[in-house]
Amino acid sequence: MSRIAVIDYGMGNLHSIAKALEHVSARERVIISGDPVALRRADRLVFPGVGAIADCMSELQRLGLDTVIREAVRSRPVLGICLGMQALLESSDENDGVDCLGLLRGHIRRFEGGADAAGRRLRVPHMGWNRVMPVAEHPLWRGIEPGSRFYFVHSYYAPAECEGVAATTDHGLRFASVLAAENLFAVQFHPEKSQQAGLALLRNFVDWDGELRAAMPRVAAAQ
Amino acid sequence: MTLATRIIPCLDVDAGRVVKGVQFVNIRDAGDPVEIARRYDAEGADELCFLDITASAHERETLVHVVEAVAGQVFIPLTVGGGVRNCDDIRRLLRAGADKVAINTAAVHDPDFVSEAARRFGSQCIVVAIDARRVTGGEAAPRWEVFTHGGRRETGLDAVAWAREMVARGAGEILLTSMDRDGTREGFDIELLRAVGDAVAVPVIASGGVGTLAHLAEGVKAGGVDAVLAASIFHFGEHTVAEAKAYMAGQGIEVRE
Repeated sequence: MSRIAVIDYGMGNLHSIAKALEHVSARERVIISGDPVALRRADRLVFPGVGAIADCMSELQRLGLDTVIREAVRSRPVLGICLGMQALLESSDENDGVDCLGLLRGHIRRFEGGADAAGRRLRVPHMGWNRVMPVAEHPLWRGIEPGSRFYFVHSYYAPAECEGVAATTDHGLRFASVLAAENLFAVQFHPEKSQQAGLALLRNFVDWDGELRAAMPRVAAAQ
Repeated sequence: MTLATRIIPCLDVDAGRVVKGVQFVNIRDAGDPVEIARRYDAEGADELCFLDITASAHERETLVHVVEAVAGQVFIPLTVGGGVRNCDDIRRLLRAGADKVAINTAAVHDPDFVSEAARRFGSQCIVVAIDARRVTGGEAAPRWEVFTHGGRRETGLDAVAWAREMVARGAGEILLTSMDRDGTREGFDIELLRAVGDAVAVPVIASGGVGTLAHLAEGVKAGGVDAVLAASIFHFGEHTVAEAKAYMAGQGIEVRE
């Protein structure tokens, strides 16, 4: 039986994502684990996360899971969610500056707030249902209309200039709401809380075998 | 602005059952939280809010099972409040599948609790609920005070200053209820929404007083809030969430279709 592992490193609500994966999985077994051995045996990895990036990185390193993720992106489909997407880039401004996994080039910044063109205040955190505009085709978009709304909650964002941008969203500025490279697909929003569109994306992930397409950015070599 | 204004039905839960007369056509059991949550989800609710009004402590555990059951079937954000007193309460609710917890009285008793909760679980899941009552009248500049225990106990805290402090301590969202309007069906206290919304950068959810769909739109357009919470207009079958969204879209408000 094919196995999907949700990486448990003490950051956030893993049960929601596990329940959503179970909901869309016909044959796959969903496990939640922080054990590198169990994670290495899984066929697919989900890398979730909420909270602060400094805690996220230090826990990953303490548990040896940074290495597991670096290895996994070269061999199996990996889905990053929220902080699990931000951690893939080189660094973040959060917590006075934190080095991240560096699998993709880019730097996480904080939303400035301010107002939109109509004078409405741009709230931080960016919280709620916003449109996601894919910039290229990808198997994970199957059956999902461009511009579908997904549920976001975050105060820091990946700029639209980072490597591997697969979709963008507007909140005062245009930011990268999805990054993709080879076996990696990483989303800023919460598919497990995004109703039909989110479940469709998770179902596509469960059916996806990953790919090493020349047209897509290569993830940085493991250090 | 492409972020949609959220419509959030709120359900009162007592010993694991939804109370306050939820009436749906074609629903087998009007008190079953899972069935009601599924209905609202199907109608297009953007989030759900469960408020535990259980009086006895030993029955509070049933709320955790309710959240678990709902989270296994409804894939939209769930906020849970009522009796959240410490980090263990929060951990239990988040593990059960809640996405956010609303803290009210416990924040007034111990503001450090909010700082600690935000540090441990992240601001994104800490909602501070403020029950505010107007304490000025006539020509005087409006001022509101924070009340606890369902609006019965005054605290002497200025509601706007309190909202600011809660955000400074890490609250990621403010759930703002006008105790003057709650249950009146006369519409939101727009001045209150404005005053708090202008004072903080985080999203504000308006609550208390909704009697018509026009009230929802007014909260967004005049009150400037990011989300509207309502109970009775949805529970009594007067309006569906879908009708509320269609009405708001007609008023030029961005909603999730």
